[in-house]
Amino acid sequence: MVDLLSVEAWLLPLAQTLLFVTAAPLLSGWVKRVKCRLQNRRPPSLLQPYRDLAKLFGKEAVVAETASPLFRATPYMVFASTLLAASVVPLLAVHLPVAAVADVIVLVGFLALGRFFLALAGMDVGTAFGGMGASREMTISSMAEPAMLMAIFTLTMTAGSTNLSSAIEHLLAGGLVLRPSFLFALLGLMLVAIAETGRIPVDNPATHLELTMVHEAMILEYSGRHLALLEWAAQVKLMLYGVLIANIFFPWGIATTLTPEALAGAAGALALKLAVLAVAVALAETSLAKMRLFRVPQFLNLAYLLALLGMLSHVILEVGA
Amino acid sequence: MNGLYLTLAIPLSGTALLGLVSDPARAAWINILFSAATFAASLWLALGVLASGPLLSPGHFFYIDAFNVYLVALTAFVGMTTAIFSRPYMAHEIHKGRVTPPRMRLYHAMYQGFLFTMLLALSTNNLGMLWVALEGATLATVLLVSLYRTPESVEAAWKYFILCGVGIAQALFGTVLLYFTAAGKISPETGLLWTALHEVAAQLDPTVVSIAFVFLLVGYGTKVGLVPLHNWLPDAHSEGPTPMSAVLSGLLLNVALYAVVRAKMLVDGALAGGAGSHNPELAGHLMMAFGLLSFLVAALFLHRQRDIKRLFSYSSIEHMGLMTFAFGLGGPLATFGGLLHMTVHSLTKSAIFVTVGHASQIAGSQAIDRIRGLIRTQPAVGWGLLFGTAAIAGFPPFGVFTSEFLLLSATIQSWPWLTVVLLFGLAVAFAGLFRTLHPMVYGPVPEGQGPVRANMLPVAIHLALVLWLGLSIPDFLAAWFDQATLLISGGRLL
Amino acid sequence: MSFAQLALEEQAILLLAALILFTSFSLLAQTRIISSIHLFAWQGGLVAATTAMVAFVHHEPHLYISALLTLGLKALLIPWMLHRLVMQLAVAREVETVVRPALVLLAAAGLVVFSYYVALPIERLSPLATRNTIAISMAVVLLGMLMMVTRRQAVTQVVGFMSIENGLFFAAVVATHGMPMVVELGIAFDVLVAAVLFGVFFFQMRESFDSLDVDRLNRLAETGEGEEIAP
Repeated sequence: MVDLLSVEAWLLPLAQTLLFVTAAPLLSGWVKRVKCRLQNRRPPSLLQPYRDLAKLFGKEAVVAETASPLFRATPYMVFASTLLAASVVPLLAVHLPVAAVADVIVLVGFLALGRFFLALAGMDVGTAFGGMGASREMTISSMAEPAMLMAIFTLTMTAGSTNLSSAIEHLLAGGLVLRPSFLFALLGLMLVAIAETGRIPVDNPATHLELTMVHEAMILEYSGRHLALLEWAAQVKLMLYGVLIANIFFPWGIATTLTPEALAGAAGALALKLAVLAVAVALAETSLAKMRLFRVPQFLNLAYLLALLGMLSHVILEVGA
Repeated sequence: MNGLYLTLAIPLSGTALLGLVSDPARAAWINILFSAATFAASLWLALGVLASGPLLSPGHFFYIDAFNVYLVALTAFVGMTTAIFSRPYMAHEIHKGRVTPPRMRLYHAMYQGFLFTMLLALSTNNLGMLWVALEGATLATVLLVSLYRTPESVEAAWKYFILCGVGIAQALFGTVLLYFTAAGKISPETGLLWTALHEVAAQLDPTVVSIAFVFLLVGYGTKVGLVPLHNWLPDAHSEGPTPMSAVLSGLLLNVALYAVVRAKMLVDGALAGGAGSHNPELAGHLMMAFGLLSFLVAALFLHRQRDIKRLFSYSSIEHMGLMTFAFGLGGPLATFGGLLHMTVHSLTKSAIFVTVGHASQIAGSQAIDRIRGLIRTQPAVGWGLLFGTAAIAGFPPFGVFTSEFLLLSATIQSWPWLTVVLLFGLAVAFAGLFRTLHPMVYGPVPEGQGPVRANMLPVAIHLALVLWLGLSIPDFLAAWFDQATLLISGGRLL
Repeated sequence: MSFAQLALEEQAILLLAALILFTSFSLLAQTRIISSIHLFAWQGGLVAATTAMVAFVHHEPHLYISALLTLGLKALLIPWMLHRLVMQLAVAREVETVVRPALVLLAAAGLVVFSYYVALPIERLSPLATRNTIAISMAVVLLGMLMMVTRRQAVTQVVGFMSIENGLFFAAVVATHGMPMVVELGIAFDVLVAAVLFGVFFFQMRESFDSLDVDRLNRLAETGEGEEIAP
């Protein structure tokens, strides 16, 4: 048992969270790069997202006259809650001291908190786009969240715990097991991740087309460092889902002991898994067209159905086999 | 043994041969010839079984005992008489232009194919083949229901196909479950043989057998026409050519009920084993409930029919319900009554459909309101309809009365208060049949109505047999029924 | 015995079973006629794969024949026939409207739970590792029925019907390692004849109703007008 009060015990999770936050723009840059390659365009540098963020931080933040203090506070709230959520997800190693709070429900709660503030801020200024974006975002999330919870519960039923860290450990100990429920949960969670991180076919992070945008509509009024924080938070969120999927469904490589070699190996394995996942996302975004907004519920129904099937096949096929 | 193979081989070769004969008139004669030969072969088989007891073919694929051999003979007999009726009837239909010669070729080939599947279903010992044969019976008849290619007949055939197909799928699931429980008790090769299953019935798991029976009852019950799975039956009967209605009502329903009773015999064996929490009469009670419901609902629906063939198909549902109830009640008396009722109902109902077929040819319509004054236009048809309806409604000297009387006595013994329900249902059905009969037989003759070519010989034979069975059951037949009663209920009546 | 202790091949059987259930759900959700035929073919292929897998795990050579039979009939021949018919009848691009699709899927999930409940006492008896799939097979049968109830197109009703047959065959394979060969051949023959007859019916319906919408089949009421015979 790690001593929760010693400073050293907290250093590692802190470092892990820091790594998470700093690596997030890199992942976005990689996705963009792969997409450009697939579409026969010349890709920007991998570091372009960092440059964008730096540039935005350097600019003056313009705030609308009608905005309330909530509007100013929101970027910080969103970034902080995303940061906390990221700190909950085991990135390189299990067994960390924060592992005690690394609970799925906490994770979903942090994400919901961030979204709540974002939606409020979207409506705060009183422009049409902000309100529209907020309402769309809430509609989507109200359907995505049950699906996500259902998928995660399926996994935790197998692992016997809602604690991410111990669940991953359990799965790692089991070796390669072809669980039907995991297949469905994986597919369901991927759909949820696509919806929640605003990727094609649910939302397009690259456009500002008023008829279709969701996330971009909410942050339309932001500029300067506020916008930088929100963009960054979105990148962290993308990485968070990526890590979640990579580490739960393909837990191999994650460090179970805190030696430098194990951590380095874990970093390498994770980078590889995320790189592959990003290629899959880029492929999907290139080959699919964005769907009409009123088709999104069907998309999320499918996610829910998959998660439900995962749960059912767990109960029917795996319990008492 | 040879009798059995002949009984099956004749209709099968008939199917192949009639598929080649394109002249309808000649095909009709060949059809009669093959049906008669089948009947002769079945008689040979029946006499053999009666003399030397149950017959198990080498390889155990066929099993003939007193129960199914009498149904084989009955099926072959009604198949023959209906073939005789079909010749002039279908000739009239060709003359009227309702069917074309190529369709008649299909009709005759499938008539024999249908007989074959029913005889196979009755004689096979393999529960899987029983399913295959019953599904085959649906497949053979479904194109005959839509023979006239009217929108109504296509609709009826589609309903028949889909409902029976889906229903009977449940029976296959039940069969798989039976096979599943037998695994480990008997070797996989014999696991679906009824005789093998019946021997080890007491060792089968009661819960699984109960679940299997529910699936089997729903599945084969759809084909029996039990309410609420009966919707296909009136449509298929009213829209198909009348000879098909006669064999569907008179024979196919019996075969499906036979499958249910065979399943019940297994379940009774498994549940009698005495596992505490299981109702040992589960199968019987389920059959009684479904039977009674079908009987009452059909009796009430008789009053709302305006199409004469639909009227009598509801009467078929009513009687099948009664038989299901009788077999469900169990015990020698009710079982004997049920067996007798199966026989007399087959004979009477096919006779009625033959008569009704001619009657609607005379009137040019199947609407009850348009059929008038039969007794003056063509006395044979009028009298046939009158006597047939009287017989099916249970008028005393006829056999239906005897079997219903036996059934009522059995009910008084074990479930006295259900007697009231049965009597009420019989009265309602009686009224439903007779309220429309009088004008059809005696009403004023519409202008331009003339007699048609009809062969009333089958009707006369059938009704005479029913009358004979009502007055006195011949000894050999009583002994025969008694053997079957012993097999099904475990006790003798006589 | 827990799931993780099963051999990898047995886990694969269960995985395939789950995928078969998934195809049943997809069939329920799919409204394009041509896509549902393709899905049905996939389902047939999965059933054949499961059969082959069971044959491999339990060393039952006769199941390889059944697997080939299923592959040929359910994954290739019948889908091909349906595909051709749909092309001939020019209904390939038709889209069906399913009333309350979300409710249908919920009902389907309910049916899965129901079959689990019914199959529980059955499964307790079996020593086979694949016994849990009996509930799945029952669910596939029931979902096929649900599909037939909720669809109005004759073609999709037939797809539902055939998917019921898939479920039955699957039940026989996983519960008892297949039926005796003669029965299986008989069933396969029946299914083939049924498929041909359905094809005939499509044309008859087309001729009589100018549509394959079974809602048009409403001429026969419970009480039925007496039919007029053409003079």
